[in-house]
Amino acid sequence: MSDALLDIKALNAWYGESHVLHGVDLHIREGETVTLLGRNGAGKTTTLRAIMGILRRREGAIRLRGQDLLAMPLHQVAQAGLGYVPEERGIFASLSVEENLTLPPKVAEGGMSIEEIYRLFPNLHERRHSQGTKLSGGEQQMLAIARVLRTGARVILLDEPTEGLAPVIVQRIGDVLVALKKRGLTILLVEQNFRFARKVADRFYLMEDGRMVNSFPGSELDAHMEELHSVLGV
Amino acid sequence: MKVQSQPLERQAGIQIPVKALAAFALVGLLAAPFAVYPVLLMSVLCFALFACAFNLLIGYVGLLSFGHATFFGGAAYFTAHAVKVWGWDPLAGILLGALGAAALGLVVGFLAIRRQGIYFAMITLALGQMFAFICLQVPFTHGEDGIQGVPRGRLLRIIDLNEPLAMYYVTLAIFLFGFFAVWRIVNSPFGNILKAIRENERRAISLGYRVDRYKLGAFVMSAALAGLAGGTKAIVFQFATLTDVQWQMSGEVILMTLLGGIGTLIGPVVGAAFVIALQNYLASSDFPVTVLIGIIFVVCVLVFRRGIAGEVLEFLRQRKNRSLPS
Amino acid sequence: MSTIFGIPTPALYGQILIGLINGSFYALLSLGLAVIFGLLQVINFAHGAQYMLGAFAAYGLLNYAGIGYWPSLILAPLIVGAVAMVIERTMLRRLYGLDPLYGLLLTFGLALIFEGVFRYWFGTSGKPYAPPAQLTGALNLGFMFLPVYRGWVVIASLVICLGTWLLIEKTRLGAYLRAATENATLVQAFGVNVPRLLTLTYGLGAALAALAGVLAAPIYQVSPLMGTNLIIIVFAVVVVGGMGSILGAIVTGYVLGILEGLTKVFYPEASSIVIFVVMALVLLVRPAGLFGREA
Repeated sequence: MSDALLDIKALNAWYGESHVLHGVDLHIREGETVTLLGRNGAGKTTTLRAIMGILRRREGAIRLRGQDLLAMPLHQVAQAGLGYVPEERGIFASLSVEENLTLPPKVAEGGMSIEEIYRLFPNLHERRHSQGTKLSGGEQQMLAIARVLRTGARVILLDEPTEGLAPVIVQRIGDVLVALKKRGLTILLVEQNFRFARKVADRFYLMEDGRMVNSFPGSELDAHMEELHSVLGV
Repeated sequence: MKVQSQPLERQAGIQIPVKALAAFALVGLLAAPFAVYPVLLMSVLCFALFACAFNLLIGYVGLLSFGHATFFGGAAYFTAHAVKVWGWDPLAGILLGALGAAALGLVVGFLAIRRQGIYFAMITLALGQMFAFICLQVPFTHGEDGIQGVPRGRLLRIIDLNEPLAMYYVTLAIFLFGFFAVWRIVNSPFGNILKAIRENERRAISLGYRVDRYKLGAFVMSAALAGLAGGTKAIVFQFATLTDVQWQMSGEVILMTLLGGIGTLIGPVVGAAFVIALQNYLASSDFPVTVLIGIIFVVCVLVFRRGIAGEVLEFLRQRKNRSLPS
Repeated sequence: MSTIFGIPTPALYGQILIGLINGSFYALLSLGLAVIFGLLQVINFAHGAQYMLGAFAAYGLLNYAGIGYWPSLILAPLIVGAVAMVIERTMLRRLYGLDPLYGLLLTFGLALIFEGVFRYWFGTSGKPYAPPAQLTGALNLGFMFLPVYRGWVVIASLVICLGTWLLIEKTRLGAYLRAATENATLVQAFGVNVPRLLTLTYGLGAALAALAGVLAAPIYQVSPLMGTNLIIIVFAVVVVGGMGSILGAIVTGYVLGILEGLTKVFYPEASSIVIFVVMALVLLVRPAGLFGREA
């Protein structure tokens, strides 16, 4: 799809000898929020890691604004404008909250300033000198998202941001995502919780055993509910 | 260290005619002193045994001991003292050396095994240095001079070890005993548990094995065999000095094993032969041997990690795989 | 003359000073080792050789280029650091995916090469290196005479240790280093050129060792053997301190140096092994080291 901002075709990937992604196709247009659904082990996190380049052994095409990401060394992928919020959040224990926040270097103009971020996440401002890992799970998730917003990345990859969090925090994260959408950011969201995802997603992809099995716009979510239940096993 | 190590016979189905090769090697060893200077051969045998003892730890348990000279040199001192000052039979002296080394191994091993990997190596290095300092100061070692003029004596009152051939065959017998001991340890239930620990220590623990005890056991055995080599060396060369306990000696045995092939039975022997021959060749020139040893280390670590024996085995395995129907 | 525990006080203070100086070098060198180990997971056996190279660089700069002590304090670390960065880029980098013991063996081989080459060129005897004119002489402190250069070494090493600590704990570069020590892949995924950071860190560690070498040159004389025996003691210091923290490495270095000095006063025969004995005790009681993190 030529007007796709992020265009992935026939992506295959391996962990060592193990073939984990089989011919994955994915495309996202600018400003879209796309959600990748699937149960545990379906290959969702693997897909994000393959896009970022953390998983090195890949074949196929990964293009961002036409730029080939596959051949890039890992540290240049972020520079192309991708922001990554990993599943494990990746808050550094040997850094303070503010150091964690300012760690990822700026990759483009237009990122949120520190003041803006502290306004959006006041509790981060309160705890800014604390050790990063002293924050609660929800606060760490906010921090993981916030630091990517500072970099100016226009495409954000989010891996299960609501996992293990209390409903009120989940609500908060949903609000943040809506705000990001309004700013025109492009979001690839990996989730198991489709009820959360439907509030923000424009389109859905469904993954199983390392393969894309379906994709449909958000409006058709209810029509695919039965397939969803069987693939997600809920 | 995670390296391939299986007994020669069971390397992925390669049919190496081990028994034939062993017989051939034995004949060669028995005939060797008539072709090669016996003292050189005995030097190779002593260090080959030392390297085999070291390889037991690194190749099969995955522990890099950087202070193995403590056991080699310590035994040399014990044996030299027993034979020269107490007038013991050379065999008794050598056994005392091995036992003393085992005792040292118990102490060093007990302390070092409390950490793993890199820390284990550093601890053995530091303890080895400490032992070297002690050797420098303790009176019976005679400090910088060492114990000189150790008599060869008469083995069991019968064999006069001053005869070069007699000394050679006794040394050969000791080497073969030690080599066989290593082979036996590796191919035993105990050895299999050691290999399991090397592959996946957590799983071994979860299966209920007292991993520390096994590691310590292997360490003491390795120390004892290194001591056997050291005690023999004291009799063969008739002296024991500080050189035998210093970190350079520890480094040399690591090199011999790395070059020959970590985790292979024959590798340490090959490596020892190579290094001794090299040192012998360069002894007359003023070429800095240390530099060459350093270069060999660097080259081996970068591009030749399997060592000579390891590369040969890998080559044979590739050839076997290629000749199989696909 | 007054005495403490039967030792004349000038002698006691003199030994404590020597202990403090030795401790300064232990601290500087274990700091460099800790910095390199933290990020690269490599035990840099060549650290002692880099210390020796620093001293020789100062010696060479003085005797072949007429460049004195003060510029050498900057130039020697730069030269040795540059060489180290080349080593990291061409050799160490290939070993990162492997068992860390290979890194130890590689740096061990490099140490042998450096020591062997310099021993071949310069022999084993120490070459003299005079302290700069501004730092000669001694101060009369009343309870002892303090040689000015030795006082300078202690102060300089404290400043360097503090400076390194500040660099790592308070700067952005230090934040990259600390984060990459925890999770290098993630830091790279954020766009930080971690491979280049690794090269720089190894260079920095080597430069610290070289700086210590320049400081040492007027005290211990410049000899090809000056590094290797020292580095083994530093290994013991590092095991005692644990690799957990920069601060731990520094404190342990000074404390053990002073302890060694005191032992020399009261029980001289044990002074060369007291640090190893402490190491053995720490291993029995607290194997992770005094400041170590993992069990």
